[in-house]
Amino acid sequence: MMRDKIARRVTQVPPSGIRKFFDLVANVEGVISLGVGEPDFITPWHIREACIYSLERGYTMYTSNYGLPELREEIALATRRDYRIDYSPENEVLVTVGVSEAFDLAIRALVNPGEEVLIPEPSYVAYKPCTIFAGGIPVSVPTRAEDEFKLLPEQLEAKVTPRSKVLVLNYPNNPTGATMSKRDLEAIADVVVEHDLVVISDEIYDKLTYEGKHVPFAALNGMRERCIYLNGFSKSYAMTGWRIGYALGEAEVIEAMMKIHQYAMLCAPIMSQKAALEALRRGNSAVEEMRQEYNRRRRLIVKRLREAGLECFEPKGAFYVFPSIASTGMSSEEFAERLLREEKVAVVPGNAFGEGGEGHVRMAYAASLRDINEAMSRLERFLSR
Amino acid sequence: MIPARLTYNIYKPCACKNKKALQVITMDKKEEILKLLEGDARLTAAEIAKAVGLSEEEVDKAIAELEKSGVIRKYKTVINWEKLGREKVAALIDVKITPEREHGYDAIAERIMRFPEVKNLYLVSGMYDLSVLVEGNTMKEVATFVAEKLAPLPQVTSTTTHFILKKYKEDGDMLYDGEELRRLAVSP
Ligand SMILES: Cc1ncc(COP(=O)(O)O)c(C=O)c1O
Repeated sequence: MMRDKIARRVTQVPPSGIRKFFDLVANVEGVISLGVGEPDFITPWHIREACIYSLERGYTMYTSNYGLPELREEIALATRRDYRIDYSPENEVLVTVGVSEAFDLAIRALVNPGEEVLIPEPSYVAYKPCTIFAGGIPVSVPTRAEDEFKLLPEQLEAKVTPRSKVLVLNYPNNPTGATMSKRDLEAIADVVVEHDLVVISDEIYDKLTYEGKHVPFAALNGMRERCIYLNGFSKSYAMTGWRIGYALGEAEVIEAMMKIHQYAMLCAPIMSQKAALEALRRGNSAVEEMRQEYNRRRRLIVKRLREAGLECFEPKGAFYVFPSIASTGMSSEEFAERLLREEKVAVVPGNAFGEGGEGHVRMAYAASLRDINEAMSRLERFLSR
Repeated sequence: MIPARLTYNIYKPCACKNKKALQVITMDKKEEILKLLEGDARLTAAEIAKAVGLSEEEVDKAIAELEKSGVIRKYKTVINWEKLGREKVAALIDVKITPEREHGYDAIAERIMRFPEVKNLYLVSGMYDLSVLVEGNTMKEVATFVAEKLAPLPQVTSTTTHFILKKYKEDGDMLYDGEELRRLAVSP
């Protein structure tokens, strides 16, 4: 009965390509999955232990809508220390239920019906649907393998219209592993200023870079006031299940986001906030250890993909590789389905990340060296048929 | 002890033809190799090479150097004997010692460590001097070793034996099977 009652806003969004593939994989035994978008590490023990301790002490209540003051303090401190950007813990930091919620809040706080949101593609799967749910219009901006999936100013410029309002950036990138240097970002900043855009920058993989230092978009000259900077704990601290992230920006926009958050979410869970506090205070060495391990896996998988004959740009961040499968003549879905059926290796078809991802598959190297080796041997066998 | 697969590299370096000049291998790369081996001593040189970004020959060379200089002592296997049903008995023994002129504790420690029953031996601060881990097939075997070999040594003034009832963690490895944690097989 409810079927006809569902809002058009929702029905117009097609079912997720990832979800579809998940159902396929669920029916096969003995799969090595490189389709997982989360760390294979368990949250470091000292962080889990801090959460247990907070529960023992009885921290089970709501927090301020903005989040625990000491956590906001620590987030501001870390951002100043790592990137020299100043945000006031008072009113420029909002603790959210993951970067997922932070992104949704940012879009809802900025976009009026009919306004356009520029999304470089291939892109993380949530940006387009969230834009549509908020009444905005997503506009894809292509990025290409031959440009190492960097966003180029001329590509962006070509998609700007008078209705353009927001540009979404996500570097290091899911699904491509692309990063943008300071100079790359500055070229984008020029376009942003010229067309009076605002930027939502999802930098959830900032701590997972393997060459050069990460530069937040908000650190560029004049960009702090044009940017909502999103970051979180899921990837760098292996804390996906805790559902905790944050947004940084000028007081007015953070207040607007808080206005939605206070009614829709009230606050992020206090136990996760306590754990996040511990992560920021004492988690750096664990992050570095995991980063080094990812780096070893990255080298291994890129090398083996190339040996297997797949063209693959060397990703400099996150934990994904995005090889081209054009040489096989298969579509990305066909490739992923056949690889799963014939060799029991799960990868995500590139078209799940937008049309721009066609001709590629995403492989996550958040898996043990041993599993990566085995998966690559299976892939070689698959390709040599 | 079962020799780990990697010992192969000591005697039979990889058969790569390409003998181009090997780079000097940096300390960082050596540390990365060591970390990999510490986690899994059976990784092959080829596997390690790809993960650390060196050639197979370079990895062989680095490992040979690390072995020669004694940084790599040997390749061991962590075994949960209990699972095999071959339970051994172990005891931690606190030993008080009268140190000897000129030798301090070293002479007596060297004497004690030569017994094959002794698995670990430490000089410690506090209420006693030596901490000795002794392993045997039965409780009686361990008790006999203490009574007949350890306690009668002239420098030993007293021993306190603690039999180990359960091993939770050994050499950094947790010896229990937690439930298997599973991630979603495909996620964004
Ligand atoms: C680019 C990107 N943004 C956001 C998220 C979601 O992060 P969170 O767990 O903080 O909601 C992910 C997770 O896959 C991601 O890859």
